[in-house]
Amino acid sequence: MTRTMTGARMVVQALRDQGVDTVFGYPGGAVLPIYDEIFQQNDIRHILVRHEQGAIHMAEGYARSTGKPGVVLVTSGPGATNTVTGLVDALMDSIPVVVLTGQVPTFMIGTDGFQEADTVGITRPCTKMNWLVKETEKLSDVIHQAFHVATHGRPGPVLVDIPKDVQFATGTYTPPSKARTQHYKPRMDGDPAQILRLVEMIETAERPILYTGGGVINSGPAATAALRALADATGFPVTSTLMGLGAYPASGTQWLGMLGMHGLYEANLAMHGCDLMVNIGARFDDRITGRIADFSPGSRKAHIDIDPSSINKVIRVDVPIVGDVGRVLEEVLRVWTERGRKVNAEGLAKWWGRIAEWRAVDCLRYKPATATIKPQYALQRLEALTKHRRDRYICTEVGQHQMWAAQFLGFEDPNRWMTSGGLGTMGYGLPASIGVQIAHPDALVINVAGEASWLMNMQEMGTAIQFRAPVKQFILNNERLGMVRQWQELLHGERYSQSWSESLPDFVKLAEAFGCKGIKCADPADLDDAIREMLDYPGPVIFDCLVEKHENCFPMIPSGNAHNQMLLGEAETQGVIGAGGAVLV
Amino acid sequence: MARATDGARPIRKGQGQVSALNIRKGASSHSAYDLRDPNSDRVERHTLAVLVDNEPGVLARVIGLFSGRGYNIESLTVAETDHTGHRSRITVVTTGTPAVIEQIKAQLGRLVPVHEVHDLTVEGAAVERELGLFRVAGTGDKRVEALRLADIFRAKVVDTTLDSFVFEITGAPAKIDAFADLMRPLGLIEVARTGVAALARGNP
Repeated sequence: MTRTMTGARMVVQALRDQGVDTVFGYPGGAVLPIYDEIFQQNDIRHILVRHEQGAIHMAEGYARSTGKPGVVLVTSGPGATNTVTGLVDALMDSIPVVVLTGQVPTFMIGTDGFQEADTVGITRPCTKMNWLVKETEKLSDVIHQAFHVATHGRPGPVLVDIPKDVQFATGTYTPPSKARTQHYKPRMDGDPAQILRLVEMIETAERPILYTGGGVINSGPAATAALRALADATGFPVTSTLMGLGAYPASGTQWLGMLGMHGLYEANLAMHGCDLMVNIGARFDDRITGRIADFSPGSRKAHIDIDPSSINKVIRVDVPIVGDVGRVLEEVLRVWTERGRKVNAEGLAKWWGRIAEWRAVDCLRYKPATATIKPQYALQRLEALTKHRRDRYICTEVGQHQMWAAQFLGFEDPNRWMTSGGLGTMGYGLPASIGVQIAHPDALVINVAGEASWLMNMQEMGTAIQFRAPVKQFILNNERLGMVRQWQELLHGERYSQSWSESLPDFVKLAEAFGCKGIKCADPADLDDAIREMLDYPGPVIFDCLVEKHENCFPMIPSGNAHNQMLLGEAETQGVIGAGGAVLV
Repeated sequence: MARATDGARPIRKGQGQVSALNIRKGASSHSAYDLRDPNSDRVERHTLAVLVDNEPGVLARVIGLFSGRGYNIESLTVAETDHTGHRSRITVVTTGTPAVIEQIKAQLGRLVPVHEVHDLTVEGAAVERELGLFRVAGTGDKRVEALRLADIFRAKVVDTTLDSFVFEITGAPAKIDAFADLMRPLGLIEVARTGVAALARGNP
């Protein structure tokens, strides 16, 4: 059956056929025909944001918490350029997002028309793929391709730029089943020979470690299940990057905690001392490796990744396996089981002995205080009062609070932790939390924030209130750009250039002005009651938690150092970053 | 699959054993006896053939990849090669250490409109050709000498005035470089070169 319709109607029909239930967007001149179609239907809910950056971070939060692509609809020019930060954020963290932008009519392209920007030119390096559609006849086909590309292989953001005359003109609608998606088929199954090599290494390794990343979560529930099965069956220790938290449960006995620059001592020392490292869907990011030359010197390394360009990009590995993490892990388990489920039990027992010594260091300990709230304490209390909720979703902004949240909050399931890892986008958390809440209306969604990051997209509180998204904004307010301040202390002679938050708003009054609840807490003795008050309130809450102003985030691998050169506390920070490390970020 | 780790195989989307990951040992245009160490710091020159969808922006995507990630382009040619299939062939000559070359191929291979990436430098013998147009101005002995040398190089005269020639020359880039060196003292005033087009020899 062929159907003829306008381009604008095609957009809505294509979204419907792709199973889209929610669109985050903001109208404008070049998308008015599409908004007119949105007005005339009830299948797709439109969430009106306050700024287009908010829309794309909401879409990211929606995507990460559901596993489905997030959809954004914005106008040309500034509407499109305001999504750029979110596009790069989604590209770095491999989040499937489909952005539809309006464009000036085709006959005006290139004339510097009102609200014209070269959107596909600007977003080409910010997307996995983008398209400018100049004929209505091709529009629905391209939108289906866009969904296919965003969600297959390594997920990522895509953008479809739709000139206004293309929206008005009529053409034939192509259903998803007829769309040309065949040319993009990333490889899913790993090379059997390499899988066999990995299994042989698993059988003999004395000091193995599973180093997991966001790829496990992106691959879906089957990958998480396979990872847990492999870890349980082999008894190997598991660590994870920031992006991969929740794939292996934090309550699992083999869980070492997050690794990396602010990762746990036992995780980093195990990475440094292992003899077999199995990288599962992670990418040897510089936050993870520290000094490359001294990265895990004594290990053989295997790397499972769906993106061939991730392999050997930073660290040369011995066993490269290109494929879907879930499928490869299932195959590894199958082959390993067929060969008799062998492990080096003696070696493993010794290895766990050493890990126990590192764990005994208790790297997350901090000096407790009675007069002020320590940020770590605030998160410990938040964890204690919310961890029983299996429907708890946590978002963060970027900075010290993000690292503390990763250290002190435990995740039992995937898709429960939304944070800007690769790009480190301040202002991500608030809109992301709204996107999560829209997807899970009855869940407990908390954005652990710093006051400076939170202010970057605070206008989205209006969106939260309009759409009754009861998000809890848990702001650890130290009146500082804490992570910047920490680096200035360690690296720039304690000259705190521009790293304080002057003229902060009264967050309680701000909450009232937006029409939600504000809570302020400065005394550790009141904290539990205040957190309970936040949790019990049925609507959005801005929680202003005044914390210790000069707390530093430890443990820490100073830039340019190796994993076994971690700082555990204040006493060790004198002159720790050398000239080589100073140029790094 | 005996050739499962054979890096000389092209990256073909959607087919069995993709592997640009391990560079084939012992293959190099420099020497058949030169074992290629993937950790080597030595900069190599590779000719890549990239088969892409002929669609707007695809060249910008490829060039943006090179500039955005700091890779080198020594020469780049692009033209539609299959009109009905909407395919273009981009031939790019690049330099880098083995690890960088490997990364360039993987990055090219994952672009959505890219169908195949061939490293002609390691996949076996290949022919490389470039076309050059040279305007050489001069009179008397220099003019005669330019014409004589052009004949030796099998360059054609495609335009002439009483005091200048335009030569057309086709060959490997080194031959065109040599011709340019010889013409320079004889009054070379303008050069246009197409960049390298290359194909594997034999029937791959």
